[in-house]
Amino acid sequence: MFDSVLKLKTTYSKEVLGMRVTKFLVIIAVLFSFTVMADAGTLEDVKTRGKLNCIVSSGLAGFASPDEKGNWQGFDVDFCRAVAAAVLGSGDKVKFVPTTNKTRFTQLNAGEGDILFRNTTETLSRDADLKLTFLPVNYYDGQGFLIRKSLGVTSATQLAGASVCIQTGTTTELNLADYFRANKMKYEPVNTETNEESIVAYESKRCDVYTTDASALASTRAALKKPSDHVILPEIISKEPLGGAVRHGDDRWADIGKWVVNALIIAEEMGITQKNVKELAKKSGNNPGMNRFLGTEGSMGEMLGLDKKWAVNAISAVGNYGEIFERHLGPKTPLALERGLNASWKAGGILYAAPIR
Amino acid sequence: MDPIASLSRLWRDEHSRSVIIQILAVVLIFGLFAYLVRNAIVNLEAIGKGFSFGYLQEPASYDINQHLIEYTSRSTHFRAMLVGILNTLLVAVSGIALATVLGFSLGVLRLSKNLLANRLAHIYIDYVRNVPVLLHILLVYGIIVNTLPVPREAQSLGDIAFLTNRGLFLPKPIFEPLFLVILGLFAAGIVFTIWFRRYAADIQRKTGEHYPVFWISLGAVLGIPVISYFLIGGPITFEIPALTGFNFSGGMVIRPEFTALWIALSLYTAAFIAEIVRAGIISVNYGQTEASLALGINHGRTLNLVVIPQALRVIVPPLTSQYLNLAKNSSLAIAIGYMDIVATIGGITLNQTGREMECMIIVLLLYLSLSLLISFAMNIYNKRIRLVER
Ligand SMILES: N[C@@H](CCC(=O)N[C@@H](CS)C(=O)NCC(=O)O)C(=O)O
Repeated sequence: MFDSVLKLKTTYSKEVLGMRVTKFLVIIAVLFSFTVMADAGTLEDVKTRGKLNCIVSSGLAGFASPDEKGNWQGFDVDFCRAVAAAVLGSGDKVKFVPTTNKTRFTQLNAGEGDILFRNTTETLSRDADLKLTFLPVNYYDGQGFLIRKSLGVTSATQLAGASVCIQTGTTTELNLADYFRANKMKYEPVNTETNEESIVAYESKRCDVYTTDASALASTRAALKKPSDHVILPEIISKEPLGGAVRHGDDRWADIGKWVVNALIIAEEMGITQKNVKELAKKSGNNPGMNRFLGTEGSMGEMLGLDKKWAVNAISAVGNYGEIFERHLGPKTPLALERGLNASWKAGGILYAAPIR
Repeated sequence: MDPIASLSRLWRDEHSRSVIIQILAVVLIFGLFAYLVRNAIVNLEAIGKGFSFGYLQEPASYDINQHLIEYTSRSTHFRAMLVGILNTLLVAVSGIALATVLGFSLGVLRLSKNLLANRLAHIYIDYVRNVPVLLHILLVYGIIVNTLPVPREAQSLGDIAFLTNRGLFLPKPIFEPLFLVILGLFAAGIVFTIWFRRYAADIQRKTGEHYPVFWISLGAVLGIPVISYFLIGGPITFEIPALTGFNFSGGMVIRPEFTALWIALSLYTAAFIAEIVRAGIISVNYGQTEASLALGINHGRTLNLVVIPQALRVIVPPLTSQYLNLAKNSSLAIAIGYMDIVATIGGITLNQTGREMECMIIVLLLYLSLSLLISFAMNIYNKRIRLVER
């Protein structure tokens, strides 16, 4: 029976075999990104690693971008730091993983990040189909249009026929298609991968209009050569509730992310700031809610699998929601954004966090 | 026979040993592959993502600026993929055509006795070959987008075409039914030419008489259809692009993303082809040329009948791999937002549906098929020009 093998002619020459091997290697490389997926115990992973891997954008001033010294700065960045502080005790124990719009979810699901804070809109399909678990909204946004004043456009309804810069892999491109279709207008999409590329295309006049989240437009406008030559049109064509996200399937870890975000919002309500938090946390006072928050009473931290001082650590690292907002997005920054919807519910906004109790 | 003994006999025989090793290698590779696929599927299922291609039938919901077939945001992901495939094919085929013409010309210039032409070609080839193709693409794109005027200040070309940084807007031909006649004549011309070339070769073999085959073929393929076109009153009308608001509408447009990718890929690959052509021509012993000239055959025909056929045998195999490189390099389209396979099914669709595995498998298979197709065509050509032993 083996003798028949002897007569077998070689069907695979060395070359053919070599070619196949390379092809397989390529496919295998793709598959590997899925096979090394982290298991359910993200909290344990982070603790043993001693660092939080946090997925942020590749560079959007005000939200996430490295400063001259190479330190990451921004609104989203501070949320990463808050989580790191709550879990590991220090806001510096973060490794930032910059991603494009297109790669962010794949990288999260492949375990390259533990958590994501990246101008990311919560949608049904991202939740149910892309398998993300969203944390509470940390910025209520909507999609707008940035255009040169010299074009004389005052409303988005006058944009028929325009070339529009968009980033691929966003809700933006879908909203745009819907909006122009619903308004029976034609347009030419000009696709780019990052905000930076969009700005280059916009500045070279490859496109007339740049569309993305209004907050990002404010950031972009501030970075243009002469911001006053450009306007953001009044129309907001979508709801973009931006929030953090984690992978499906690790509820404990999702809870931690959720309550850190809530804690930052509640701290503002309670008047707990980066400055006074250490002082307040020294001993328990007359306000039981405050005591629970500060860990001087009850065992909120333990319930989450964290230290008693989890919230104190988070606030010490980055301050409360209002402070984070003022530092990176507020009127004193180049973005000059108003709190608007993002004011606390006590101040006319819709920011409303579930209670810590 | 004792199986152990027969096994060890198999192992001692060099040929059968190599067969066994190869079979084992294939089994191992397939095993590893199957293991990884299984693992990936299990892991995807663990986070609740099954493995399915059903999403291809869902509406894509995004727009694509360059589509050679009808496409809207309501079309399916499958159709978006087709649009991407056609865009890749378009740039690959036009790139191969331009790179071949440029490459052959440069290769001949490199051998020219004219020192200036020779040096210039040399400098060009050295520069282009030593800079990554991605930089060429970005450079050409940057030049187009930054130096050409915006539509409102478009460079008019005889008021029928307009050059802008959003693309070259051209009149769009609209064919009337009578145009079918012209197409018919054109097809007839091709059939005639094929027959006539054989006939002429036959006559030449028998009698030595020589027909002006090229001119007669040209007349049949182009001359007659063009003359008839004007005789029946030009059954094509043109839709001229017009400036409306932000952009030109009507007509057709060649977008800067396509132009940049096409030019850059062609210029880059042409430099490599030039070197291949030069090597091919040098490989034909000069004695052959001398012999041919001594027989009284003129320079042109010597080149066509003696040098090139022999040079081609050396040129075609490495040329094939340059074509493959060009086709694969076209995936760098992503850097400037040209909507090819990678940007559509492997980009936006992948991202909006979260079907990484499925999309990447499709993209891999598409590039594989494209490469195999090119290899296949070139192999056929290679066989035809192979040295025929007599
Ligand atoms: N919120 C939308 C849009 C996100 C988006 O486009 N983000 C841009 C804002 S301009 C960004 O983060 N760009 C930074 C980068 O390119 O890295 C989504 O989640 O799809």
